Amino acid sequence: MHEEPLLQIKGIGKQFPGVRALHDVQLSLAEGEVLAVVGENGAGKSTLMKILAGVHSPDRGEIRLGGLAIDLSSVRDAQRLGICLIHQELNLADNLGVGANIFLGREPSGRVGRWLGMVDRRTINERSREVLQRVGLNIEPNTLVHTLPIGQQQLVEIAKAISVESRVLIMDEPTSSLSDRESERLFQVIKALSSQGVSIIYISHRLGEIQHLADRVLVLRDGLNAGELSKDEISRDKIVRMMVGRDVSQFYARTPHEQGDAVLKIENLVTPSFPTEPVNAHVRAGEVVGLAGLVGAGRTELLRTVFGIDRAISGRIRVGAHDISPGDPVHAIHRGLALVPEDRKAQGLLLEMSVRDNISVAALRDHLKFGGWMDRAFESRAANDAIQDLSIRVTSPNQITRLLSGGNQQKVVLGKWLATNPSVLLLDEPTRGVDVGAKHEIYRIIENLAKKGLAILLVSSEMEEIIGICDRVLVMHEGRITGELSREQFAGDLGEEAIMKLATSHQPQATTMPTAIDSP
Amino acid sequence: MIKLLGILALLFAVCATTAKLNPDFLGVYNIQNVVRWTSLFGIISIGAAFVIITGGIDLSIGSVVGLVGCVMPILLVNKGWPAWLMLLAVMGMALLIGLIHGLLITKMRLQPFVVTLCGLLIYRGIGRWITNDRTIGFGSEFNDNLRLVATGKVHIPGLNGFAMPVPAFILIALVIVSALFLNRTIWGRHLLALGRSEEAARYSGIRTDRLVILAYVICSGMAGIAGILFALDANAVQPASHGSFYELYAIAAAVLGGCSLRGGEGSIIGVVIGAAIMRVLYNSINLLGIPTQLEFAIIGSVILLGVVADEIVRRALRNRAARKRLKRGNE
Repeated sequence: MHEEPLLQIKGIGKQFPGVRALHDVQLSLAEGEVLAVVGENGAGKSTLMKILAGVHSPDRGEIRLGGLAIDLSSVRDAQRLGICLIHQELNLADNLGVGANIFLGREPSGRVGRWLGMVDRRTINERSREVLQRVGLNIEPNTLVHTLPIGQQQLVEIAKAISVESRVLIMDEPTSSLSDRESERLFQVIKALSSQGVSIIYISHRLGEIQHLADRVLVLRDGLNAGELSKDEISRDKIVRMMVGRDVSQFYARTPHEQGDAVLKIENLVTPSFPTEPVNAHVRAGEVVGLAGLVGAGRTELLRTVFGIDRAISGRIRVGAHDISPGDPVHAIHRGLALVPEDRKAQGLLLEMSVRDNISVAALRDHLKFGGWMDRAFESRAANDAIQDLSIRVTSPNQITRLLSGGNQQKVVLGKWLATNPSVLLLDEPTRGVDVGAKHEIYRIIENLAKKGLAILLVSSEMEEIIGICDRVLVMHEGRITGELSREQFAGDLGEEAIMKLATSHQPQATTMPTAIDSP
Repeated sequence: MIKLLGILALLFAVCATTAKLNPDFLGVYNIQNVVRWTSLFGIISIGAAFVIITGGIDLSIGSVVGLVGCVMPILLVNKGWPAWLMLLAVMGMALLIGLIHGLLITKMRLQPFVVTLCGLLIYRGIGRWITNDRTIGFGSEFNDNLRLVATGKVHIPGLNGFAMPVPAFILIALVIVSALFLNRTIWGRHLLALGRSEEAARYSGIRTDRLVILAYVICSGMAGIAGILFALDANAVQPASHGSFYELYAIAAAVLGGCSLRGGEGSIIGVVIGAAIMRVLYNSINLLGIPTQLEFAIIGSVILLGVVADEIVRRALRNRAARKRLKRGNE
């Protein structure tokens, strides 16, 4: 059916300072085809898509569209050729109307209006209505974008793409923040577009969606093609094996170890983001507890509140026998809490400062000499220890942190917290944007820390990670913990489904209600 | 380090050129004068640097200098307060001003530019009001005691005839304390960290609000100390103009001395050298018979040149590092 490929990529490679994002990738896409691209974080998916969208230019390789070699050196080039990327974070000016967004940057104007820079609203409205209809949205073009639910905003973004006669639409995790109903509607639109001849590259972690939508799956690993599957070959096992490149069980090596008493206790904690949902949870010494859920379920907010970045509205946080004062990270650190935050670059690191300064910054306070002088010997020792223990690859402790690869940067963040001797480690997406090798190392570090008796609470959106390294999983949905699963419950074949079910339903499941925490 | 050598070279270049064109530049009296003025402006520049390191700005420095200059003679001469009490009161006022700035910026989340711009207007206005806009001074009563803090000189044995102005000693003391504070104490480290990224600093358990407040208190405090010296040095204060534009000199010296207005960067020594360059430039304009109307234009051009040169060097270094990395990566 799809004989002559519309888009063909051969031997694409791309190097960034410190990381080789793509080695040698091939991809072909037929007209009207839905191609799913999967791979672990750091496998090169987003770099590849950004190259196609003209954001990055490749170091080598060839891109052909309709048989002709093309040069994509800017986003504008790519759009002119009909290739359009729909970002994970939507790119709409939400203070403007839907129509204004669809025609942003290429507003039509009447013959006279052109000289005055005037915008022809009538044309915008008419043409917007047409494309909105094509994506199944029945809204007025002058509706302000911020008044729409996120699912509809996404459809507006797609309408914008097809209004420029895009032939290739690239969607990056389009359902990550959509409800089931919204996702279903998106799938219908995708199918309709594909039957109209629009080709779609669909990036997703969700295998159910891929099975449902894709004509073909392309798996990337370490910047290389790891394999391809046609529609009837698609299966979870095959994809995961290709993604990871080794047996999954080996990748997440786990050796069970002894667990102690509950170290972190969260009692009726109300976060400012979900003021009506008191949360209860606990983590034992030596235990790795996963916090699963969809984006926006309130997991990051919970960690932030426990650590004191956000001030809790009410409730108690205890580490061992001590209460943590709300809204005070300094006190939290003093009592043994540590948070590896979601956004490594903005929150985790002082990118322009040296590795040593970063590793020592949180612990310095506890190693003061009389009169507030810094203990420089401690500083060097802490940095050297972390570099050695976590095998951080640096040229020297003085190296500027910005120059390190994502994995090494994340190890610096871990090193910073280990230098404070924490008893509870809160991890928020610790392997996001980290290549597969470093990921493996981070899992090993987590494993070792648990063995040493740290209580670890891990937020992750990667199901593999949650299932692979946790002893117990709590699932959140809209600020509420909707269920708790033991290793036996989630490690089996139906584990992922069980977690997803809890992640999408607001009612706590009667049988898996979070158990009351140990009383004081 | 390269940066420090760079501005030091610039300072020498300006000095050498001036000395070549007019040997009077190296005269003992002239050097003493330049040192004295450099000391006074160096003090306010150090204050400005602390605020700039946090990524903020203080536009009120000149008005604080002005207000201090107005309040001092009132308390000392009109009210007859003893000198120590007057100095205490004036410093208290300056520190309080800094505290208010800091609180408004951190607790109310107002922009530093706006807060200190309002400060610039308010303190200048108050100074002119309490003096009825009339020039006031200390008279001749304090020439041989209090005023010596600003005008006095200490003969240095071995340097024939050269006497070090007293403000230079004050500057040196403040430089040592500030440099140690910034580079050797945990607060200094935290200040640099929060200047780089306030969010990351907060996630690392740094009490960012307190440190920002501290920076504004230091800045106004330095303006207070310098304000005392400026007033004693001048002996008579014109409320409408005393100290005006000084904040711009201070900010310029800080930037020239290696502070980035983005925050997180700066060295105390560099800032003082920056202040010295400004004063030497000013001095050479006078000595070389350049029309004084050109003063601002010349100082502005030199600063611009310095900053452009800095950016060019920085990019060259970065490109070299990137090429090196790429080479390593390809091997």
